[in-house]
Amino acid sequence: MPKTLLLSTLLFLGSFFAGSVAAQDGKTLFSTNCASCHAVHKKLTGPALAGVEDRWPDRTKLNAWIKNSAAFLKTGDAYANNLYNEYNKTAMNLFPGLSDKDIDAILGYIKSVPAPGSEKPAAGAAPVEEGDNTLLFGILTLILAVVALILLQVNSNLRKLSDERIGEPETTPIPFLRNKRNIAFIAVLLFIVGGYLTTKGAMGLGRSQDYQPEQPIFYSHKVHAGVNQINCLYCHGGAQEGKHSNIPSVNVCMNCHQAINEYKGEKLYTEAGVEVDGTKEIQKLYKYAGFESGKPYDATKSKPIEWVRIHNLPDHVYFNHSQHVKAGQVQCQTCHGEITKMDEVKQFADLSMGWCINCHRETKVQFKDNGFYSIYEKYHQDLKSGKMDSTKGVTVEAIGGTECQKCHY
Amino acid sequence: MFLYNITGAGVARKQPIAINQHIMEQKKIWQSFGELNQSEAYNKDVKDEFKEELPFVADESKSFLEAKAPRRDFLKYLGFSTAAAAAAASCEMPVKKSIPFANRPEDVVPGVSKYYATTYVQDGDVVSVVAKVRDGRPIKLEGNDLSHVTEGGTSARVQAAVLDLYDTARLRFPTIDGKEVTFEAADKSIADALTGLSGSVVVLTSTITSPSTKETIAQFLAKYPGSRHVTYDAVSYSGMLQANELTYGKKAIPSYHFDNAKAIVSLGADFLGTWLSPVEFAKQYAKGKKINEKNPEMSKHIHFESVASLTGSNADEKYLHRPSETAAIAAALLSAVNGAGVTGISNPKLKAGIEKAAKALSENKGAALVVSGSNDVNVQVIVNAINEAVGAGGKTINWAVTSNYRAGVDADFTKLVEDMNAGTVGALLISGANPSYTWFDADKFNAGLKKVKASISFNTKEDETSVLCKYVLPDNHFLESWGDAEAKTGYFSLIQPTIYPLFKTRQWQDSLLKWSGSSVDYLAFVKNYWSVKVGGETGWDKALQDGVINPATAPAVSGAPFNGAAVAAAVAAATSAKKGGELELVLYEKVGIGAGQGASNPWLQELPDPVTRATWDNYVIVSPALAKTLLNIDLNNGGQADAYEVNPPKPVVKVTVNGKSLELPALIIPGTQENTIGIAVGYGRSEKIGKAAAGVGKNAFIFAGLSGSTVSLSNSAVKVEATKEKYPVALTQTHSRYDTAQGNRTEVMKELTLSEYKAHPTEIRDEREAELKPYGGLEKFEGQGTIYPVYDRPGIKWGMSVDLNSCNGCGACVVACNAENNVSVVGKPEVLRGHEMHWLRIDRYFSGDMDNPNVVFQPMMCQHCDNAPCENVCPVAATNHSSEGLNQMTYNRCIGTRYCANNCPYKVRRFNWADYTGADSFPDNQEGIVNDVVLNMNDDLTRMVLNPDVTVRSRGVIEKCSFCVQRLQEGKLAAKKSSRPLEDGDLKVACQQACPTHAITFGNANNKESAISKVRVENPNRQFYVLEQLHVLPGVTYLAKVRNADEEHEGKEKHEAAPEKKEAEAKHEAAH
Repeated sequence: MPKTLLLSTLLFLGSFFAGSVAAQDGKTLFSTNCASCHAVHKKLTGPALAGVEDRWPDRTKLNAWIKNSAAFLKTGDAYANNLYNEYNKTAMNLFPGLSDKDIDAILGYIKSVPAPGSEKPAAGAAPVEEGDNTLLFGILTLILAVVALILLQVNSNLRKLSDERIGEPETTPIPFLRNKRNIAFIAVLLFIVGGYLTTKGAMGLGRSQDYQPEQPIFYSHKVHAGVNQINCLYCHGGAQEGKHSNIPSVNVCMNCHQAINEYKGEKLYTEAGVEVDGTKEIQKLYKYAGFESGKPYDATKSKPIEWVRIHNLPDHVYFNHSQHVKAGQVQCQTCHGEITKMDEVKQFADLSMGWCINCHRETKVQFKDNGFYSIYEKYHQDLKSGKMDSTKGVTVEAIGGTECQKCHY
Repeated sequence: MFLYNITGAGVARKQPIAINQHIMEQKKIWQSFGELNQSEAYNKDVKDEFKEELPFVADESKSFLEAKAPRRDFLKYLGFSTAAAAAAASCEMPVKKSIPFANRPEDVVPGVSKYYATTYVQDGDVVSVVAKVRDGRPIKLEGNDLSHVTEGGTSARVQAAVLDLYDTARLRFPTIDGKEVTFEAADKSIADALTGLSGSVVVLTSTITSPSTKETIAQFLAKYPGSRHVTYDAVSYSGMLQANELTYGKKAIPSYHFDNAKAIVSLGADFLGTWLSPVEFAKQYAKGKKINEKNPEMSKHIHFESVASLTGSNADEKYLHRPSETAAIAAALLSAVNGAGVTGISNPKLKAGIEKAAKALSENKGAALVVSGSNDVNVQVIVNAINEAVGAGGKTINWAVTSNYRAGVDADFTKLVEDMNAGTVGALLISGANPSYTWFDADKFNAGLKKVKASISFNTKEDETSVLCKYVLPDNHFLESWGDAEAKTGYFSLIQPTIYPLFKTRQWQDSLLKWSGSSVDYLAFVKNYWSVKVGGETGWDKALQDGVINPATAPAVSGAPFNGAAVAAAVAAATSAKKGGELELVLYEKVGIGAGQGASNPWLQELPDPVTRATWDNYVIVSPALAKTLLNIDLNNGGQADAYEVNPPKPVVKVTVNGKSLELPALIIPGTQENTIGIAVGYGRSEKIGKAAAGVGKNAFIFAGLSGSTVSLSNSAVKVEATKEKYPVALTQTHSRYDTAQGNRTEVMKELTLSEYKAHPTEIRDEREAELKPYGGLEKFEGQGTIYPVYDRPGIKWGMSVDLNSCNGCGACVVACNAENNVSVVGKPEVLRGHEMHWLRIDRYFSGDMDNPNVVFQPMMCQHCDNAPCENVCPVAATNHSSEGLNQMTYNRCIGTRYCANNCPYKVRRFNWADYTGADSFPDNQEGIVNDVVLNMNDDLTRMVLNPDVTVRSRGVIEKCSFCVQRLQEGKLAAKKSSRPLEDGDLKVACQQACPTHAITFGNANNKESAISKVRVENPNRQFYVLEQLHVLPGVTYLAKVRNADEEHEGKEKHEAAPEKKEAEAKHEAAH
């Protein structure tokens, strides 16, 4: 069953992306179609692809194999059948949507990837950080405040002197904290600052931006989605079908990790800076999966992994992933941040209502592409006649996306 | 003037309109006696939306500090709540786990509902349903559109059945003598008991419609020679079965075609509410009542009954009689149909009614149908003879397809009770039947049961019978079961589990198979049984997926050879029947509770009875005339009517029949025969079947008795005495009413007769036009009737239409709404205070005279006004309007001022007075405030029924109908995902989907092709908005009720209506 699941998911993904395939370059094609089972220099579920052209006896055969491996196997080709048996009869997915040109592009990309260790990282390029002016402004404010204070003091001293000279009677100086003006000023200041802090604190209650709990397994999204370019939807396929973006079950992990049992990538560190042994983390997965190296994988032995939930919405908020991912064509990263650079995932956005609403105000719906919106005849006319700014397009807000009952019911 | 549309006194208008002057004179539609009399208490009562005093309102005569809740208290509360909020806020966010499947089943996506076709079965009742299963939990039942019997319809009981699955009172394991055992131990013990048994083995069940179950029973019986199967129905149809055997030679019930009938006469058969197969009949009946405005024709339904029923309330004409006269009426009708005139009936009104019925039947030969709810063989024989005389066989009655809903013959059961007492029954296996509660002589049955060596119950709860049985092996709920059902011959419906059994329960068929030495379990048995018939594995899969197996071609409607030999004797018996005493009694079933099956279901207990509008109790129904003589309450006397009506405690009466007596509160219900009282069965059940049943009502089955060989649910010699006691009854009739200078509730209903409609089709439209003329008339009313701007409605504009001609008030929609929208159950004490939470209610309106009024039902929910008065008054904008025409309610923004509820002209907003759901942050604000039933609804098990797409509301917020916005969003999303415009098929709101008669249409009114647009275009004349003149611009249109009654029938009586009433009205006018 895991095989069928894998197959069907990939088939689905394949068809999902098939439409826009032609114009893409080899790298994109590789990452969408091949990367979930193959790496260039490493054996995953399937063989490492470096030098694949040299290994195959015939380029036309290779193309036929890629497009429809099942049919090609039936031709009785010896190389193909050996390969098939070597990989435990795991069927390769069918890619009828790939043209010969596409395959050329992919193979071209594979050739262009240098073997690990042969390339040195470009040294010396200092990171260009975006200027943070807060400190500068703070210092300036402080200096100005000191100057103002000094000037005030000077002013008061001068006045005293002038008063003395004119001979006006000296008023008894009121201590600073007895001065009603000062008391009033401090009270107002305290009220404003205190009110601001209280309100801000209250609004922040229940929000947990940057929440980054420790998970039962040190699962690195950077390694999977970043380095190995596995499509988000391969594991989180529910995001385009329903309300939840599901966490993959153990059998989905094992689709690849039956073959990948050690970690050889860049060193991994926790947020606290402790080094993590990737291979040991894979062993943890095996414990959950009830898998022992060398023995066949039996999915019925798995136990679920108790991940710690990161993104929590209050019960009175309805959020549907498929609405955003499928209907809205929103990228995962828009809300979840640069997941491909995170080892342990942390909450990127504060998930506040203001944050949602802002996006709904600015984001355009797929107004022309999605047939659903054909019923908004007036907007279509306004777009045509120029009454509505076609570069700005129709935002989510314009079709009612900021109304209460779009999310609260 | 023929419209029953009444405008309230004091409506400010620029130009007085002649038409309204006239209407003002007569106030013909009324909801309550106080309203009819315009009594003082009524007028005082309707001034306030909320009945209680507000907690901080000070006594005006005292200064603020001396008041009940002085300033210091206020500061204390303030301080406490601030501290509490701070304490709650400082708590750390809890760490939540997200635990995925170990291996996700391929077709299960978390958060996406799956739908499985299965079948609701309950004691012979069969409705094909589709169960919505969300993340492994069935949470809602919908009708199965593929069924040719119910065609997607459901009833209140079907809708509520999903809650029974999560009932905390379900038995959780098998027991022997009350002690928990394993099934293996029970099997062994029973096998030992069954071998070497001295008496016979009897399987006692309620009606079984399942062919495979019948076969398992046959297998089991074959193993034990001398054993037999006895079918026992709580409410028996034995009279019909025996009469059919006498006249047609078949001990069966034919299927009926109310849709083919132009004339329907019912002799006390409540076929829309409780008789035989109400979902099926309601659908057929509604087909005859749908009106095509261009060619208005509809069926005519004449109803004879003793106590006001749901079906009687829907009849075009209704006549009242004593229950003892039933046979005589049947005989007179037969005589009249045969051209011999009405004989033996002295009451002139009744006589005229029978003549009319005979005329209607004779004029529609071949399209006429007579049904009777009587369990008397003679009456049913006569009814068969009438049906033969009017050519019903082969047209409206189909003998080619028989109905299997009821098969119990009373004589079989009385013999069983005798045998048990004689000690000749060695083992009794009980499934479904519960005679210790439903049999009138339960003591005798119980005594017999003690003599049975091996008494085995398969019932799911520790009910009155199971508690007396040695072995209890609880059965699965039908949503956990495999099985099949044959509602009508040839029309099958399959049952498949939608959840793994929650407890250690086992299907009783499995037990039978085991004990008969079969090697297969019931699943394999059913599968084998059907695979052979439907073409192997693939056929079986397809049948399971569809849920139904319909005959390839429906058998032609055909009659059966009629043997009239028994008719003469039946007529003789009928005409010589003994006269009733001073007072007579009718026992009846309620739509929700039935014969007690619904008693433990809180949704059904809180569903107001359609006719009496009472919840959580049974009571004695008396007529206004009897109330006058027995209780000294004259409803035409404003003061007395108020004393009775405004206070929930009702006078208690003592009813005595054959030396047994019950004390129950009395409810005065117009439309009840003056010498007859009615009591609902199904109440007074054991507290062991659930918190909702505990202490609710009293068991009226004890008043039943044998009449000949059949059980009679009426009695003609009853003693009724008034007592000095009072008992509160939670009536919802007088809740949610509100008269203002802007309009009153009697304006919300429009009703007219077919002849009026034919004579003047545009009457309602003309009247609306006249009323709105000063504000631009119908066309321009929206723009000219207001100072607010008119807003664009791009894209979607949701709209609903309710056809009052199709709606029969059955309440399926109300329960469906509860299930879909997590509407709280509040319990009887809260209903008494007017705190019920139903988003959708069905208002009952009377019109005409008090003794036998017409009744109209009107489903009332949030009207989603485009110019909504509630929206303007919310200080925090928690309720506002969407661009799609929804009146949105945002719970998390609501601070509970209740201004909106106060300003709503329809009284459809509900306030969470207490923490009914356990959703509050503070755990201790339920105890002592809400009752056990509500607490039980918050049990972890019961909460599994909640719809995860709808917020569970906490204390202190307003809620109301949302047009099932979660379904609208889901439907829109489905359309967006497949990149196409929204279609009608994408969504149905819960009430619309539950309705067996398609009375509710819903959709996008901006789409010219949608069903809602078509209904509005095709019915311009009957269409109206409730309280249209307020310019709230409701999103719900109603289609006026048209009654196929002669104009003068009601008209005359109304004009001659009680002179006191007019006096009262005159006084009322003078007071202004």
